[in-house]
Amino acid sequence: MSLDHETLVAFSKSWGLFYLIALAIGVVIYALWPANLSKFHVAKQSILDEDDKPWT
Amino acid sequence: MVAQLTSGERQLALVVLIALALVGLAMGVVGRADPIGVHGLIVLVLSVGLTFLVLSSLYAPEPSAERLSQYYDDPSKVGIILAIVWGIIGMAMGVWVAALLAWPDLTFDAGWASFGRLRPVHTSGVIFGFGGNALIATSFHVLQRTSRARLAGQFSPWFVLLGYNLFCIIAAAGYFMGVTQSKEYAEPEWYADIWLVIVWVTYFLLYIRTLARRKEPHIYVANWYYMAFILVVAVLHIVNNLAVPVSLGHAKSYSAFSGVQDAMTQWWYGHNAVAFFLTAGFLGMMYYYLPKRAGRPIFSYRLSIISFWGITFMYMWAGSHHLHYTALPEWVQTLGMTFSLVLLVPSWASAGNALATLNGAWHKVRDDATLRFMMAAAVFYGLATFEGSFLAIRQVNSLSHYTDWTVGHVHAGALGWVALITFGSIYSVVPWLWKRERMYSAALVEVHFWLAIAGTVVYVFAMWNSGIIQGLMWRTYNESGTLTYSFIDSVVAMHPYYIARAFGGLLFLLGILVCAYNIWMTIRMAPAVQPTSTADLPEPRQIPVSPAPAE
Ligand code: HEM
Ligand code: HEM
Repeated sequence: MSLDHETLVAFSKSWGLFYLIALAIGVVIYALWPANLSKFHVAKQSILDEDDKPWT
Repeated sequence: MVAQLTSGERQLALVVLIALALVGLAMGVVGRADPIGVHGLIVLVLSVGLTFLVLSSLYAPEPSAERLSQYYDDPSKVGIILAIVWGIIGMAMGVWVAALLAWPDLTFDAGWASFGRLRPVHTSGVIFGFGGNALIATSFHVLQRTSRARLAGQFSPWFVLLGYNLFCIIAAAGYFMGVTQSKEYAEPEWYADIWLVIVWVTYFLLYIRTLARRKEPHIYVANWYYMAFILVVAVLHIVNNLAVPVSLGHAKSYSAFSGVQDAMTQWWYGHNAVAFFLTAGFLGMMYYYLPKRAGRPIFSYRLSIISFWGITFMYMWAGSHHLHYTALPEWVQTLGMTFSLVLLVPSWASAGNALATLNGAWHKVRDDATLRFMMAAAVFYGLATFEGSFLAIRQVNSLSHYTDWTVGHVHAGALGWVALITFGSIYSVVPWLWKRERMYSAALVEVHFWLAIAGTVVYVFAMWNSGIIQGLMWRTYNESGTLTYSFIDSVVAMHPYYIARAFGGLLFLLGILVCAYNIWMTIRMAPAVQPTSTADLPEPRQIPVSPAPAE
């Protein structure tokens, strides 16, 4: 199989397209998944506390 | 600081330094009169100097085990100072380069002071010296705080920081001697590139190893940005710098790519350097220090995740907008243009997220110049990305390319976004690192803020004007179908704007000098809080914090 322009275009129009769309959908699902919301809430609050030492 | 290392780490440092000194010696001997020989000498001198530093404390007592219950901040402190030093050098070079464009005689007939050599000293000095050190220093700080774990080891943070600065020194020294690969933002030659790969891989491993120790199960979004910065810069750097040296004793090398492939690789690199060096890492800063300083959580954590992946995936495809109307196939140009337009969405999502976080705390923004630095940075980030997406449209680019409009866009991003977010983060982190209650002078922060804003605005407006005039003059035809203006006409027309730009840059430079003085005085200030209550000393109260408290 020669790696010419046509081959690359065919590849990017099929697999390239699908993996990007799949990733995009995956990210949106992860971010919007209701069960994750509480985790995100804790994450964004937790940087605000004042203790400045590693946890043990 | 050496005494803080364990004796094993001191020995390791010695071994590494001696090996490095030998490499420097070999470069000097093999390279002789070639610039690589001078570089070898620099490596030799610096590593011997550091060797003596380590030797002076080689037999100091072991550091107390108590250090393990604190964060390791020494490398961050040194990194912040180095960032400021490089910032002053790089921006002074910027002012010089700007002055050269207005008054070309300022080279004083010296080869090393010619425009082509000073310009990369400016760009590398500010991007890699100032920006890079600030990124490394803050990334160590943020990483430890957000994962509630101490850095993995004490040697590798120093190796990363000092090794990186060695790279920066080699780069700058090389430009003065005329060493360059002629790839913008990737000018240093093959041996410097190899060294940077070693340093950068160590950086990545350090990051991953520290994350692996984290006590906080969720990885805060700022770390994702920092990690994207480290990982992608490694990939970009390695691919774009694939080259074959003329011989081991010569600085010169030839790229593995040729023709339009070389151009495409370079601008795939160049644009992603903008994306992952000048954007992703600084977004990491923003997502940590802005909420922290404002005392409010980020407006939408979900949005920050979506925009992270949006930026990460889309930037990769945008590089070809630097090569409109070239030999690059048109569909590749169109691809780059399309992705650049879509890129505006995640970019504005980040800028909007930052501003929405401040919504309701505007009184703090009014009173606190540090927070205002970060707010202004978010605004300029929004502006620069909007402008970028606009410039990426092929028809717009036909006007803007080769003109000062590009330079105006660059500095709207570089001064307005990169430098302002850095100053905001530095003013937040300096009192924290040195355990002072606040900066030495809030008034000087205020002065710096206005100098920086004035400098940026003058710079950017001068370049917009000059760029558009230039572009229009180059495409104005008269009735007989020939060009109305000669090239030199456009050069003359730009002269006043170049003076204005140099003046704006001077204001910006004055700002960072004020900043340096303020930091210096803050460090010299006695710790304001009585030492027994500073956070780093062990305290009996030790409230156990559960990793995932139920709200
Ligand atoms: C004191 C402030 C500064 C001044 C006076 C200044 C001045 C200049 C000048 C005169 C040029 C050359 C333009 C040309 O070739 O026509 C330049 C290029 C550049 N500067 Fe600055 N600069 C400053 C700060 C910064 C900062 C803080 C950064 C980055 C964080 C930066 C990044 C760049 C970049 C990336 C370029 C190359 C632009 C291109 O190739 O289109 N500059 N600067
Ligand atoms: C959505 C985001 C952005 C897009 C689509 C974008 C697009 C562009 C375009 C089209 C050019 C002109 C290329 C040419 O005509 O040669 C350019 C140049 C440049 N941009 Fe942006 N930009 C964006 C954001 C930024 C940001 C935030 C910075 C931060 C500092 C930045 C830094 C630069 C630099 C340094 C150059 C000059 C490259 C060179 O020629 O040396 N850009 N950008």
